[in-house]
Amino acid sequence: MADESKSSDRRKFLRQCAGFASSAGVFGLLLASYSRQSEALPSWAIRPPGALPEDGFSAACVRCGLCVRACPFDILHLAAPGKGITVGTPYFVARQGACEMCEDIPCVVACPTGALDHDLREIEDAQMGVAVLTGRDTCYAVARETGCRECYLACPVKGQAITMERHQRGNGRGYFEPTVHTASCTGCGKCEQACVTEEASIKVLPIGLARHDPAPAR
Amino acid sequence: MKGVPEHAHVPVHRNVFVRNRWLLARRTVQFAIMGLFLIGPWFGIWWVKGNLASSTLLDRIGLTDPLVLLQSLAAGHVPLTAALVGALTVLVVYVLVGGRVYCSWVCPINVVTDAAHWLRTRLGIPPGWQPRKAIRQWVLAMTLVVSALIGSIAWELVNPITFLHRGLVFGLGLAWLVVLAVFLFDLLVSRRGWCSHVCPVGAFYGLVGRAALVRVNARDRHACTDCGDCYRVCPEPHVLVPALKPRAADASVVITSGDCTNCGRCLDVCGEDVLHFGTRFAKPS
Repeated sequence: MADESKSSDRRKFLRQCAGFASSAGVFGLLLASYSRQSEALPSWAIRPPGALPEDGFSAACVRCGLCVRACPFDILHLAAPGKGITVGTPYFVARQGACEMCEDIPCVVACPTGALDHDLREIEDAQMGVAVLTGRDTCYAVARETGCRECYLACPVKGQAITMERHQRGNGRGYFEPTVHTASCTGCGKCEQACVTEEASIKVLPIGLARHDPAPAR
Repeated sequence: MKGVPEHAHVPVHRNVFVRNRWLLARRTVQFAIMGLFLIGPWFGIWWVKGNLASSTLLDRIGLTDPLVLLQSLAAGHVPLTAALVGALTVLVVYVLVGGRVYCSWVCPINVVTDAAHWLRTRLGIPPGWQPRKAIRQWVLAMTLVVSALIGSIAWELVNPITFLHRGLVFGLGLAWLVVLAVFLFDLLVSRRGWCSHVCPVGAFYGLVGRAALVRVNARDRHACTDCGDCYRVCPEPHVLVPALKPRAADASVVITSGDCTNCGRCLDVCGEDVLHFGTRFAKPS
């Protein structure tokens, strides 16, 4: 009699466990698929300097905002839900406020987890993105041959990341084209912020989007 | 008073403050902690920076939520020492004061779900969906599994606690929708559904609380009049039974279950002062 009730107890317990496990499994699948969808970094949002590649970043960043507080120029934000960026992760928008490239990189120092890589010691080695002349048809220097060089003047890696290269059209007219040297560009966004056209003609893009070689996407 | 031990039932005047002393203390602490995070962005007084996921106190002491860090580890990231030490500090504090003290004395969602519970009681809404408490441990396990699977801190993509806290400190966005969802869930779907059944953060701190030093005890349980007030007010009533109504007379008077949040509501409502705060080594009086 006692044995019977014990075995029925065990059956009940096993059935309960199976129930829990399967509902937990369903919940897990939902969470997994939801999180896959909700992880995003649109091309207009730039991570702070030293940010790990996006995959590693979402594993490492605890979304605490200590980098945001460390930034002396208040350019960093934590993504609120509905922004289209992984909730709680830090970003900045170059056109609204570019990275000032502090020499002591306080945002990286403040990061407690290493989502912003503490091995980044020289801000010139940062690769937040890469500037691309996206608007050759709107750029004053190229399309209107005005000699505008605001992006070149704004660039903190002076004369290395952006140079004004002289080109000649078929009709003999010359113009200077802002030319980005990806090896030196930190992706700070100063050029994008300084561009005088209504929509910036030079923009910082994620490295994975801008590069053509099969280098690991960042 | 004949036949009743002298100390067992002393009719003391219990005014509204006495009857709610721990609740008032708890709300004060909850709002004070929230306030510490807000005086930075509001008034430029940076005693505390960051949010509940990770913060610095007076620019010296780093604190990190151990569950968030655990998910980060599961996702494959080895955090810097700063975060590990911060998580260890938080763990030590909660082992001392009681794991789920996080739930009742710190967590901002507690205010939301307590409000839902208050309103639900007022409106006389039946308990609704009451899943087994063990479900939250499965949810906890699942957040770690999913973190490992997708290589990301999974629960932080839904966690209403950090949504609300980060929202208040850094900008709300649509985070209020998540908070509203939890409120409505607790109001209409499930009595004390979120904090006492589903939330994996509570489940985690419940595990921490199994070793907690500060515990509620029923050291005057001989004075209990079986009125049931403590059971009705307790968010986790099952924790009371072994200490208050044990099968063996010499059983421990201490509430040892990690589910107990040390909220102190049972102390508030007990007219006989049966329940007390003490250590896990408390003896009957």
